[in-house]
Formats: sequence, C-alpha cells, structure tokens
Amino acid sequence: MVGSLATPQGEVPLVKGHLGGRDRWGALLVRLGIGRMSYSVEPGLYAINHPGPDAPVLVTANYKLSFDHLRRHLQDLAAWILVLDTHGINVWCAAGKGLFSTAELVGRIKAVDLAQIITHRRLLLPQLSAPGIAAHAVRKQSGFKVVYGPVYARDLPAFLANNQQATPAMRLKTFTLAERAVLVPVELTIALKWAIPLSLVLLALRALTGAAGFWPTLVGQEFWPVAGLWAGVIAGSVATPLLLPWLPGRAFAVKGLLAGLVAAALLALTPLPRLDHWAWFFLTPALASFLALEFTGASTFTSLSGVKKEMRIALPCQIGAGLIGAGLWLAGRFM
Amino acid sequence: MEKFVYLRNVVTLNLDQRQCIGCGICLTVCPRAVLAMAEERARIVDRDACMECGACMSNCPVDAIAVERGVGCAQAVINTMLGRTGEQCCTMTPAEGRGEPPARGRGTCG
Ligand code: SF4
Ligand code: SF4
Repeated sequence: MVGSLATPQGEVPLVKGHLGGRDRWGALLVRLGIGRMSYSVEPGLYAINHPGPDAPVLVTANYKLSFDHLRRHLQDLAAWILVLDTHGINVWCAAGKGLFSTAELVGRIKAVDLAQIITHRRLLLPQLSAPGIAAHAVRKQSGFKVVYGPVYARDLPAFLANNQQATPAMRLKTFTLAERAVLVPVELTIALKWAIPLSLVLLALRALTGAAGFWPTLVGQEFWPVAGLWAGVIAGSVATPLLLPWLPGRAFAVKGLLAGLVAAALLALTPLPRLDHWAWFFLTPALASFLALEFTGASTFTSLSGVKKEMRIALPCQIGAGLIGAGLWLAGRFM
Repeated sequence: MEKFVYLRNVVTLNLDQRQCIGCGICLTVCPRAVLAMAEERARIVDRDACMECGACMSNCPVDAIAVERGVGCAQAVINTMLGRTGEQCCTMTPAEGRGEPPARGRGTCG
C-alpha cells in the first residue's frame, strides 16, 4: 500500500505494481503451508499505478497470493483491481466452490459503485474464474461486460497490448515440469506430518520385540527398518509428480504403483530380515500408489468422474496390499 | 507443450448442438481446448481432455452444455466420503455461506 487515490466515490487504496521482500517471504510461507489462515486481502477496489477512469478493471480473489501475483505481472501498467470476497481462497478453487461467483461479482460492483468511478463497462476476469461465473448474467444484472483474460497473469501485459485478445496458448492450463516441481515441497510437508511420527512408532515397535531388549535395540537401530516408508513417500510424492508424463499408464494410482515397485526393488538391497523385505514389497508400492492418487488434487487435468473411477478400483487394492504388508511386518516381529 | 490426458471415456460432458447459437464463449473459457467451432456451432473435439470444471456450462447463454462438474481430487472425494468439511481444502460440495478459509493448500487449491 503506498497511499490512496481520490475518485468520485471517495479514496481508493493505491498499491504498487512490484512486490517487496515481505510479500515474497509471505508467499514462501504460504506455499509451505505455514500461517495460512490470515493471508487474505480486504475485498474492494484498489488502484494500481494511478489509473484513470478509462483504465482496465481486473477482477481477482481476496487470496493474497492471487492479488500479489496480479500486481507483480502488471508491473508499471495502470489498472483498477476489484477484489472479490472469496474467503481467502484462490481464483480457481473459489470458482469451483461457488465463492468467486456471479452474485459476489455483481454485489461487489454495486458496493464500490464502480459505474461512477470508471467510464467504460468492461471487466477483465481471469479465465480460471469462469466455472463460477455466468458472463451473460453479469451483463444483465450489472451492465458490465465480462471479458475473460488469459489463464496466467504473466500473459496479461501481452493480452492488454493485443487489444484484449488472447492467443490460443494463453487459454490453456499447463502442467509443466516447473509447475509440478513447486508442488513437491507442498506434498512433502503434508507427508512429513504423518511419516515422521509413524517412523518413530515403527522403530519403537521393533524395539519392543528386539532380542537385545527395548532400549539397546531402539538406540542401536539404523535407518533401514523405516526406509520402505520413506521410499514410498519419495516414489509417490516426489518421483510421481516430477516424472508424471513419462510414467506409464493414465491412472495416477498406476503411475504411483510403478514408481513404488521400482522403489521396492531397490529396497531388496537393504540389510533387513527376509520377512521385512516381503512386508515392504507390499507396503511401499501401496503407499506410493495412494500418494500418487492424492496428487490428482494438485494436478490440473483430472476430472472428478475419472478420479472416482480410479478410486473405486485403486483404493481397495491399496488397502488390501497395505493389510498384507502390515501382517507380514508384524509376523516378522515374532519370528 | 505436451497435453496431458487422463482416463478414457469417463467424462460426463454433453453438448446439444441444436440449441447452440454459436456465440463461442465456451471455447474461450475452456482451459483444455475440448471444444471447437464448426459451421457456426460448438462441437466437442477432445472429450477425454475435459476436466469437468463446468466453465463452458455456466457461461453458455442458452444452456446447451451439461456436465457433472466437480474437482478431480482424490482427497476431496475422501473428505466427502468421511463427511469432513471446513478445515480441509476441498470437498465435493460447494461451500455454503461463510466457510472457514482452508488450513492448507494442496496444489491448485492453494
Ligand atoms: S467442463 Fe471445463 S474442461 Fe470440460 S469442456 Fe467445459 S470448460 Fe472445457
Ligand atoms: S456457449 Fe453455448 S451457445 Fe455459445 S457456442 Fe458454446 S454451446 Fe453454443
């Protein structure tokens, strides 16, 4: 925030078209899922780089990352930003949940009295907000014409320069290696929350039945007894996202299963009792397959019908393999 | 740029060409290039690429498109099966009223 701009409807907060260090640091924390709750922007109208009454109006969600992303890519362009109340959720998810909606947009236009501030009647919406919006209804209810901008904010300057026309490429949601790579830390942070406690439990259980007694076994254990768990996490939450287009199969559960089988094959080289090897041969691929299935939520091309079909077949198999593996592992404790 | 494809023949997308008035907005909003214009009417050209986001349906002025919209997210399906709402990022049912903001972001739900 660098001040305010006077309009016929009062002062509008003025913001910069570049990000400061604090915005970047905040973005990193949000990505890693730390302190997520308070990261929203007050809904309403903002002015960026001193816009006039004929400057474009860009609509976005009140999730701070969506807002900052827009600011960053606008750089020195002058525009109005209309921030909707999406309960701090990003554009795509808010549209899916019906929070980035026709009703919210029309209500916000009226609340800020947009028609009095600008002279034209066009609103630029991110293309990914379209599932929540009915453009024809917005026009009818508010008199404003909805123009769908590009999927990615980085294409906005080119879109604006090109008479608000998008190239076909600007209309497509991609899922590049870089886009998948930034998701890996997120997936790992989620996995660490249960994988670390579970590792400790497994090590303790092993120690309980250790021939040398609890404490000596616990302290003397190496990493190998839980290597299978971590191999599953890496196969499902790191290898599968990164290698997604190259792993065979269409179903995510199949891709994860294959990555998990490779991991399980490598585990056979570790110094563990025979029965433990067999146990992990079931557990690791089952876990990898499940985590890969979970990654459908982060991907940008899966349909609900597809995910449901995949789950109907994969979940029972994963649970079955998990139970067999757990049985073998427990048996190994008493042999 | 490679185009990812998900499972074959599962998508619920339906387009009634008789109703279509050829406005083209469904082509504009589709992030997966599922639709194309032929003889001034929209047509499905890559059905398996559809992710059932529902953008084409909600923006069609004459209701020519029907799709069972939803998020292709296993966690959302599990949350819904377990009857969990609120805290979690996604469930299959849209949030009613003032829900809590999600506690964590999984990918596109960030
Ligand atoms: S539901 Fe979404 S992905 Fe499918 S055709 Fe419509 S706009 Fe495209
Ligand atoms: S939005 Fe509806 S009317 Fe317009 S081209 Fe698509 S199907 Fe036809």
